[in-house]
Amino acid sequence: MNETTLLKMRGIVKSFPGVRALQNVDFTLNKGEIHALMGENGAGKSTLIKVLTGVYPKDAGNIELEGKAVAIHSPQDAQNLGISTVYQEITLCPNLTVAENMFIGRGEGVLTNWKQINADADKLLQSLDIPAKATQQLSNCSIAVQQMVAIARAVDMDCKVLILDEPTSSLDEQEVEKLFGLMRDLKEMGVGIIFVTHFLDQVYEVCDKITVLRDGQLVGEYEIKDLPRVQLVAKMLGKEMDDLSDIKGETNEYKGKDAGEIVFEAKDLQSDAGIKPFDFFIKKGEVNGFTGLLGSGRSECVRAIFGADRILGGKVKVHGKDVKINKPIDAMRNGIAYLPEDRKIDGIIGDLSVRENIILALQVLTGFFKPFSKAEANAFADEFIEKLNIKTSSADKPIKALSGGNQQKVILARWLLMHPEYLILDEPTRGIDVGTKVAIQKLVLELASEGMSVTFISSETDEMLRTCSRLVVMRDRKVVGELTGDDLTQNKIMATIAGGE
Amino acid sequence: MKEKNKVSIFNKMNDTSLLLTITIVIFFLMYIGAVLFQGGGFSKPQMFFNILNANAALIITACGMSIVMISGGIDISVGGVVALVSMCCAVYLDKTDSPSLLVSVLIAIGIGVAYGLVQGFLVAVLDIQPFIVSLAGMFFARGMTTIVNTAPFNVENQAFIALKDTRVNVPFLGSYNKKGIYVPAYIEIGVIVALVLVILLFVVLRWTKLGRSFYAVGGNKQSALMMGINVRRTKFLSHLICSTLAGIGGYVYFLHVGSGSASHAMGMEMNAIASSIIGGTLLTGGVGNIIGTFFGVLSLSTIQNIVASAGLDEAWWTGITIAAMLCIFLLIQSVVMAQKKKAIKA
Repeated sequence: MNETTLLKMRGIVKSFPGVRALQNVDFTLNKGEIHALMGENGAGKSTLIKVLTGVYPKDAGNIELEGKAVAIHSPQDAQNLGISTVYQEITLCPNLTVAENMFIGRGEGVLTNWKQINADADKLLQSLDIPAKATQQLSNCSIAVQQMVAIARAVDMDCKVLILDEPTSSLDEQEVEKLFGLMRDLKEMGVGIIFVTHFLDQVYEVCDKITVLRDGQLVGEYEIKDLPRVQLVAKMLGKEMDDLSDIKGETNEYKGKDAGEIVFEAKDLQSDAGIKPFDFFIKKGEVNGFTGLLGSGRSECVRAIFGADRILGGKVKVHGKDVKINKPIDAMRNGIAYLPEDRKIDGIIGDLSVRENIILALQVLTGFFKPFSKAEANAFADEFIEKLNIKTSSADKPIKALSGGNQQKVILARWLLMHPEYLILDEPTRGIDVGTKVAIQKLVLELASEGMSVTFISSETDEMLRTCSRLVVMRDRKVVGELTGDDLTQNKIMATIAGGE
Repeated sequence: MKEKNKVSIFNKMNDTSLLLTITIVIFFLMYIGAVLFQGGGFSKPQMFFNILNANAALIITACGMSIVMISGGIDISVGGVVALVSMCCAVYLDKTDSPSLLVSVLIAIGIGVAYGLVQGFLVAVLDIQPFIVSLAGMFFARGMTTIVNTAPFNVENQAFIALKDTRVNVPFLGSYNKKGIYVPAYIEIGVIVALVLVILLFVVLRWTKLGRSFYAVGGNKQSALMMGINVRRTKFLSHLICSTLAGIGGYVYFLHVGSGSASHAMGMEMNAIASSIIGGTLLTGGVGNIIGTFFGVLSLSTIQNIVASAGLDEAWWTGITIAAMLCIFLLIQSVVMAQKKKAIKA
């Protein structure tokens, strides 16, 4: 392996109004190295990357590429220098074809040679084993394929530095493997790769070095073999980690006199999202969950419960009484709250302030003709900002300026404010840091111990095992089993998903 | 089996060509319907060419509008620019000594370019909403037109009238009048300008880097930026092209009507937007096609002609039919797009 330094960032400073996002951060990347950039949400990883790619101008510090100082003022500059980026949110144009998305914005000449780019794209897609056609419109591809197209674009640009900003959060296991294979090939070719992810397993599988950031400051750079997992987490959190697996024991079960009463019950529920009719119930103070592979219909089930998709049939009972839930507002009136999977699309309203985002659902329920007073709204917002430890300089800040984990907390606050009887959390921990993950899981158990019923969905099975007392297992858009008590083990879940008893 | 075929067709076509196909099919159905049920004028080819003659200016301005809309913007100043160009050229040709036609053309293009530079700067560099910018532009143009000359008047410059009355005969498509004399079908100069521009812009949008940037910026501004497209420059150029086309369209309009008036081209910007939408351009940006816009203009004006030849000549009838047609087009578009989404999901 060639040990020459490829990229050197020294003393990078970046401030936003009210927040010092990066304080004097150093970062070094060698040729042919996969370097993990780790830290909690809001630690400054994304900011560092956006400074490197010219999306944000830096306030101070310098960047050297192959020993030469470079000035990067725009994403074009970065691209021309050989720094390519694949972002967590897909940054391609859905209205263009796959091939065009791979080639637009680069190359010389005025004309687009369609034959050429289609042929080149097909060749590249084939060599990377990506199941897409060059002439297909991008929006016709699945999210995972779109992500891989973004990577193909970056790979094809003769890049020296490839930045992968949480590229795996929407990929399934096989696709992740494929991506890792690709990363290793590129490493052989001498490309320096910066890999940002929340999955610790993945870091230890492919990376050579780790740089840890916390609260906008550099914690340190480590060889992967010198930094065991527990220590890495400790460094990210800045404290010794709580024992994750023990959080279930810490909280008490709900013991009110109506414990065990069935809060919500569905029979043969079916929506137009392509799931088979299913039965479901939840008791007071219970935490249960839907598990299964990505795309097995977990989210579709809870969306059906909440009336977020069009309901085709089935009976629904709340507290034993027949009710009709056709629209989300019906569900809300019956005390059901739903934290959607994709907070960008279904959850946040980016330009509204944190406060407005928090009171939104309650406002809808009380009606817009009875607005809350400023004092009331402030009280609500402050209560939850404190309770959930939301990191924001003020409640007036637009929510889009917050980091992902904090946005998630705001949306959670929105639903908690309604004091729902039944709370549905769909992937509340995706794309957020370990500390917040634990905090959310603890909160779920706490809420349950106070009598709330919670349905919790997560792609990480161990999270579900820690929080849920009953798991509904899904396969191919069908409920295939239900696990409780001693059956709640990783092996049992996998066996049920696989189908062999 | 049949279902499967449908899916593959939907998958093959991108949104742009799907909407284009819808537009063209609907136009032909409509025109054939008019020939069959209205007969009379519609069965003569000259009817079609008259539609072209009367709408050459609209075709040009609508093309510019489509480009701005594809880039995710809007420009409602084009009608005002057309009126301003007509009035300025009319005043120049009629009230100055020894005017030349070439200079009048340059005045028209110059006004368009100036408009494009200012509006493009405000939208792209200062990041002001294009609707607001062009709203101000529209009021300014209308105001300036009245300042240049309040009263409407006809241009009597001989060279200009000669150009205005130039007819280009279309071979083979003439007809015999009541006296049995062969009358050749003809188009005006403006139609040739319009057709050349349509082809040119089609090529630009389909094959040039700039053209594709319009689509990328309209599809997702943030992504376009991340992919290394100069978003400001692209937006700026979209407005520059649109206003320049409005200038050229203004001259073609002037050439057709031969007069200057402050009330010229009233509501033309709305017709241009309507034509673009009928032609499959989405107001949300990223999807659209110049050929579609061309057929959009033809559909719009065919409807107007059908209404007129059915004896329902009042303005409100035309308005109501156009409204109804827009609804039908949008309905068909959204149904087809929804079907497509469903087909992909399944």
